Amino acid sequence: MAQENLDVHKKNRFYKILLTMLFFIITIVVLFPIISLLGASLRPPSDLMRSGLTLFFNLSDLNFNNYLSIFSENGSQYWRWYINSLAISGILIVLSLFFSSMVGYALAVYRFKGNRLIFLLVLFILMVPFEILMLPLYQMMINLDLINTYFAVILPLIVAPIAVFFFRQYAVGLPKELMESARMDGCSEYGIFFRIMAPLMGPSFAAMAILQGLTSWNNFLWPLVVLRSNDMFTLPIGLATLITPYGNNYELLFAGSVLTIIPIIVLFLFFQRFFISGLTVGGVKG
Amino acid sequence: MEGSTSTNTNTPPKRVRSSIWSRFLTSKKIAPYVFVMPFIISFLALFFYPMIQAFNMSFQQVLPGQVTYVGLSNYERLLNPTFYRALTNTSVYVVFTVVILVVFPALFAVFLNSRIVKFRNFFKAALFVPALTSVIVAGVIFRMIFGETEAAVANEIIGFFGIAPIDWQYGSISGMFLMVILCCWRWMGVNILYFLAGLQNVPHELYEAADIDGASAFQKLLYVTIPSLKPVIIFVSTISIINGFRMFEESYVFWEGSSPGNIGLTVVGYIYREGVSQNDLGFGAAIGVVLMLVIFIISVLQLKFVGAFKED
Repeated sequence: MAQENLDVHKKNRFYKILLTMLFFIITIVVLFPIISLLGASLRPPSDLMRSGLTLFFNLSDLNFNNYLSIFSENGSQYWRWYINSLAISGILIVLSLFFSSMVGYALAVYRFKGNRLIFLLVLFILMVPFEILMLPLYQMMINLDLINTYFAVILPLIVAPIAVFFFRQYAVGLPKELMESARMDGCSEYGIFFRIMAPLMGPSFAAMAILQGLTSWNNFLWPLVVLRSNDMFTLPIGLATLITPYGNNYELLFAGSVLTIIPIIVLFLFFQRFFISGLTVGGVKG
Repeated sequence: MEGSTSTNTNTPPKRVRSSIWSRFLTSKKIAPYVFVMPFIISFLALFFYPMIQAFNMSFQQVLPGQVTYVGLSNYERLLNPTFYRALTNTSVYVVFTVVILVVFPALFAVFLNSRIVKFRNFFKAALFVPALTSVIVAGVIFRMIFGETEAAVANEIIGFFGIAPIDWQYGSISGMFLMVILCCWRWMGVNILYFLAGLQNVPHELYEAADIDGASAFQKLLYVTIPSLKPVIIFVSTISIINGFRMFEESYVFWEGSSPGNIGLTVVGYIYREGVSQNDLGFGAAIGVVLMLVIFIISVLQLKFVGAFKED
């Protein structure tokens, strides 16, 4: 913006090319790890185990054997993790959007005793690191006999303060006149939310579905604490068990990692706007 | 649900009670409390209680079926070299990640916001992609890139500059470098977006005024753009500090539970090791309480330092 008034055209053009080139280089460097993961997934695992990822390699060595292996009998544990991750993320998205949107909406549109207190509590929870609560919650899960269940992974995340905050900020801008006219027509308060206001909050639901889905898809520490058996692991936990340098499952590790991030990147390309507003929630307050 | 609220005078007497009840539940006074009930329940059960319990547990020795209060002994046990190492590692990590994750994203955002760079939307999207990966998947790649052999990518690249191959995962400086670069790689794109959003809010008149005063592009950056970005800088550095102190995965992915000489041990890693692996919940809780105090003190100091309290 500031530079638009500079009318030193030639100089300007030189900078333009230089900076654009610079950003191309930065982009290549930033994307290099992802590209090399793709490359690694096409190479024989024995190669990678021996020498790590090399810059130069034989193009004729590339093949799809790792993927064939993962889609065969060999990959059954991987797909079990995939299903666990999908199920946990799916349940979490549905429950947390349902509850968080109700809370955020109520904080935005109703004046009631405790409104401000609850909002302050939401902000306070946002400031307290989860890791502090982790051991008491772990103890609670042991006492409730929920260790090694989906439920233990999901429970602490159901009402997400960040989502409550986001829904509230979004709902503040909804037209309140609609509520009044719906009331005149005999619509109940719940009817107003579920039939009229919630549909108007569509974009915020999309953004939060992405935030919650991605958080849960990539969540590591808490599932690591409460999940015990291989058949209950989520993808990050399962993949982490394959990392050991003496592992003999490198074909699963690399092809599996690719299959873990590719769906997310594809979704990102289609729903970029929602990803960006979902993942930069904190900035809303500016 | 809404059918029962309509005040129908012909309602048979039998239904009156239920209709009063449902009218109560659906009244404008009560509805908000029903809406926020999930939050109140989860706050009490999954935040407030664990929070109290975290303090409580830090004074206990928790053995299966047997809890004894041991006073401050868990805190006394914290005075050991391993915890000191974890705290130092975490603090160094925080300093590096905060500086890098403020300076570079701010700089890139300024360029991406100007008309000088072409294909801006492409760059924004591409730089954001690492944020979509999990630390584990990212770590899988970084472990391969920073493999210890001479032929591994990173060693090959430094080889061009005549530097001898490095055992990345076995030195305390290179180990720290691995964790910092992994974190910065994943977060850079997100912070760029924060700064870009902040740049949209810089009043255009300020630049016009600067033009009238004959300011150079660099002067405008220094005296208009950067001061206007202050709220974003405060915000980004605050979350970077908090997330930095919470760091665990960036270390786990390189060394699992145990790094040589604890070069990768972080405070949360120590909580995990003592509280979960060793099953010493009381001691783990004490580490957690100290961590919370550290984060709290640093956040207040940082906000004071940047003058966040003065402004508003």
